[in-house]
Amino acid sequence: MAFDQTATPRLFEERTPDLIGNRTFGFWLYMLSDVIIYAALFAAFSVLHTHYAGGPTSQQVVEPLHGFIDSVLLFSSVWLLGLGMRSMAVGERAMLIAFMGLAAIVALGFVGFESYDFAHALGKGESPQRSGYLSIYFVLLGLHALHIFVGILWMLLMMVQVAFKGLTEPVVSRLLNLKIFWMFQSVIWVCVFVFVYLLGAVG
Amino acid sequence: MLVPLQGHYSFWLGRLSMQWVPYDNPIIVGAFVFACSVGLAIVAGITRLGWWGYLWREWVTSLDHKKIGLMYMIMGAIMLFRGFVDAVMIRAQQAMAAGPHTAGFLDASHGYLPPFHFDQVYGSHGTIMILFAVTPMLIGMMNIIVPLQVGARDMAYPFLNSIGLYLTAVGAALVMLSLFLGEFSHAGWVGLTPLSELAYSPGVGVDYWLWALQISGIGTTIGSINIVATIVKMRAPGMTWGKLPIFSWTSLSMSTIGITAFPILTVVVSLLTLDRYVGTHFFTAGLGGDLMLYKNLFWMWGHPEVYFLILLPFGVVSEVIANFSHKQLFGFTTMVLATFAIAGVSWSVWLHHFFVMGQGPGVNTYFGIATMLVGIPTGVKLFNWIFTMCRGRLHFDPPMLWATGTLFLLPIGGLSGVILAMVPADYEMHNSVFVIAHFHNMVMVTVFAEFAAITYWFPKVFGFKLDPTIGKKVFWSWVVAAALVFIPMYGLGLMGMTRRLSYISRPELQPFLYVQEAGMFMFCVAAFYQFKQFYMSIRDRAKGVHLIGDGEVWSGERSVEWVAHSPVPFYNFAVTPYIHQRDEWAWRRAEGHVRAKPERYVDIEMPKNTAIPFLMAGATFVFGFAMVWRIWWLGAVSFAGIVALLVLRSFIDDTEYTVPAADVEKHEQQFFRHRDAHSPDLRPIEQAGRGVYL
Ligand code: HEM
Ligand SMILES: [Cu+2]
Repeated sequence: MAFDQTATPRLFEERTPDLIGNRTFGFWLYMLSDVIIYAALFAAFSVLHTHYAGGPTSQQVVEPLHGFIDSVLLFSSVWLLGLGMRSMAVGERAMLIAFMGLAAIVALGFVGFESYDFAHALGKGESPQRSGYLSIYFVLLGLHALHIFVGILWMLLMMVQVAFKGLTEPVVSRLLNLKIFWMFQSVIWVCVFVFVYLLGAVG
Repeated sequence: MLVPLQGHYSFWLGRLSMQWVPYDNPIIVGAFVFACSVGLAIVAGITRLGWWGYLWREWVTSLDHKKIGLMYMIMGAIMLFRGFVDAVMIRAQQAMAAGPHTAGFLDASHGYLPPFHFDQVYGSHGTIMILFAVTPMLIGMMNIIVPLQVGARDMAYPFLNSIGLYLTAVGAALVMLSLFLGEFSHAGWVGLTPLSELAYSPGVGVDYWLWALQISGIGTTIGSINIVATIVKMRAPGMTWGKLPIFSWTSLSMSTIGITAFPILTVVVSLLTLDRYVGTHFFTAGLGGDLMLYKNLFWMWGHPEVYFLILLPFGVVSEVIANFSHKQLFGFTTMVLATFAIAGVSWSVWLHHFFVMGQGPGVNTYFGIATMLVGIPTGVKLFNWIFTMCRGRLHFDPPMLWATGTLFLLPIGGLSGVILAMVPADYEMHNSVFVIAHFHNMVMVTVFAEFAAITYWFPKVFGFKLDPTIGKKVFWSWVVAAALVFIPMYGLGLMGMTRRLSYISRPELQPFLYVQEAGMFMFCVAAFYQFKQFYMSIRDRAKGVHLIGDGEVWSGERSVEWVAHSPVPFYNFAVTPYIHQRDEWAWRRAEGHVRAKPERYVDIEMPKNTAIPFLMAGATFVFGFAMVWRIWWLGAVSFAGIVALLVLRSFIDDTEYTVPAADVEKHEQQFFRHRDAHSPDLRPIEQAGRGVYL
């Protein structure tokens, strides 16, 4: 709102805050801190990736094919969530919920498949306690899987909120942040796939 | 999956047992009695005054950035006191235990602290001072000043702001608890590996350290995100980047470091936690662990962290010197550039903390030169301040005394840093008390600037000044104390005294230690004056207000925060100011707009108070406690509580309330009436009946 500007210079001016813009910006900053977390872990990985301590080597541990299947699942989930976002943009709540549900199910497949791999490795005695390499292997993959798991819970929460509250400003800002989060986790996965799976298989 | 532990373990209580209660240690029992009496006195006092409801409604549940900032400051001050007591104990032990013929008391063969106890005091001193005293005070300062300086009514995320405060408080509370239940880390504030691994530290001390750092580190990351978002998104109309005041610029650079460096602390602390809890091999001495990985990661956070501590003080010094020289800050643009240059370089120097690792001349030379480069922007700043003072009208009120004090500390500390950055010299001096002298010298800059800020902005927040006569006594006793303690320390370092000694084998060092002890006495004097200053100024507050009536506190204020009334009402600005100049207030004063009033008032949206952050803090504290003692069920329950509270909050939409324009006008009129009668109303304006939501 503008005030009379003829007598004195404009000394006061009210403005309306931009809720969604503010929250999205903050979420980007949070993502930045998450990038740093992964960066530090990748740095640790680059130090420890040959520290087998007489235990299994990376060629024996990683299965690039499984990594590939994981990738397909994760990217499908991102794609489905993207479709959901398009439904959001046109205000189709039912479609948004449906796509989010599908994205969550596919992501659950990702987490399930990775847990299966983990269980298999543990069964063979390839535990994080065995060597420095296995420690970082489990922690890096585990942290990523944890992010995905949190994302799934987040989607469930958003499905409830979209259903009961509708597309209010706070709900939309959360959905936008969820999208950023989800895209970002898939980008991290690319690094995981390349460094842990592909380069690990080469040795 | 879990590691086997030594000693007693039970399902319900984890590692907790009577064995961990140090009831047989007279020092700790004394501290316990002291803490309990102070605690009881406070509780009794509040009950007597009937303040519980007020404290709950207006402080504990408050999302007001000024109150949160004040709570940060108060917590920092309490922890500063605790850290100071640790320092007194360290100095006394070293003075008493120099040479084979010195006597031993209590359980010690020399001095009065046995080595294990001494190491815990040492570890808690460093941890507390850096993370729970100085850092919260800086964040509190930003919390109070940054929204005012950018012309906003609150932080970008008031709710997260409160969470950040409480996470830091939980970390501090865990450290305090470790004094009475269990033990604290004996591995120094840097958590030296492999000493901090379970095999060498089987107790709970390192676990306390880990969880305190973990929880408060997350709090600091959140706080930094909030500050950056506030500066980027909440600036008042007209405030382009070029008009952002210097203190906010330094807040921005400091918080950028916060966002980028603290996550590394989260990682390094988590990995060490996994080593200790699950038995992984990140930093162990065998099975593929890498000790130096720990040092690298720790200092990748640690070095930016120490610059995190110095950048904001540079902002304070800039504001204060410009104010008390009655001049514009000299070389503003170079000041901002230097700030960001320091922040940027702080990323590529971490290795100077372990030149002795043996990574070869190439790497060491790179990091040595990078470290010395920091001296250039720091020098730029120093000269800018000197040129600001040059031909100014100087007024040496206490804030200015503190600020000019830093101008002496900075070159000495900086030059000793550059000496350490020369690799061959550092091979000699690493791990000697020369390093301690260097960084205390630097941290003194931070502390001096904090005192400058407190005395400078106190009237902004409360509406009256702190007594300047006593303030000068505080300052001079600090100067003498710091000189007595830290100048001999440089000498001791060059004579070869190493760090972290509970027993000093060379009696010829004792005279220096005695001089330091005299310095500690002076610090006690300074602490006494500081208490006295607060007490007298609050008691006689009517005396300190006389200047405020004209919208002038120090007669030279320049930045936007002074556009708001003093004391600042809860909504900061009745109507958001339009910003014309970097030194908006100086400009308004020159143009005669000091008493300008907006033509009409508007409705204001303010955040409602909420109990959720406090409840989350409670759950987080229980969680930290459960994890330290490995009480898994309790950990799970409290974690579920944290998540439940977060989900609950996401369902609450009604988080704001409206202050009608008529109310705003009423408040403003009241302020003007008091101002014109030269008797400012010192009661903070508070909005009744806004309610607290869960
Ligand atoms: C010109 C600027 C500076 C230079 C060249 C510099 C250089 C150094 C070097 C080379 C060391 C490592 C010495 C060793 O361990 O052998 C060191 C340690 C340290 N510096 Fe600085 N420094 C500077 C500024 C600062 C500032 C501004 C602070 C904090 C406010 C600071 C705090 C510390 C701390 C806390 C340590 C040692 C921590 C420990 O080992 O416990 N320094 N500095
Ligand atoms: Cu450093």
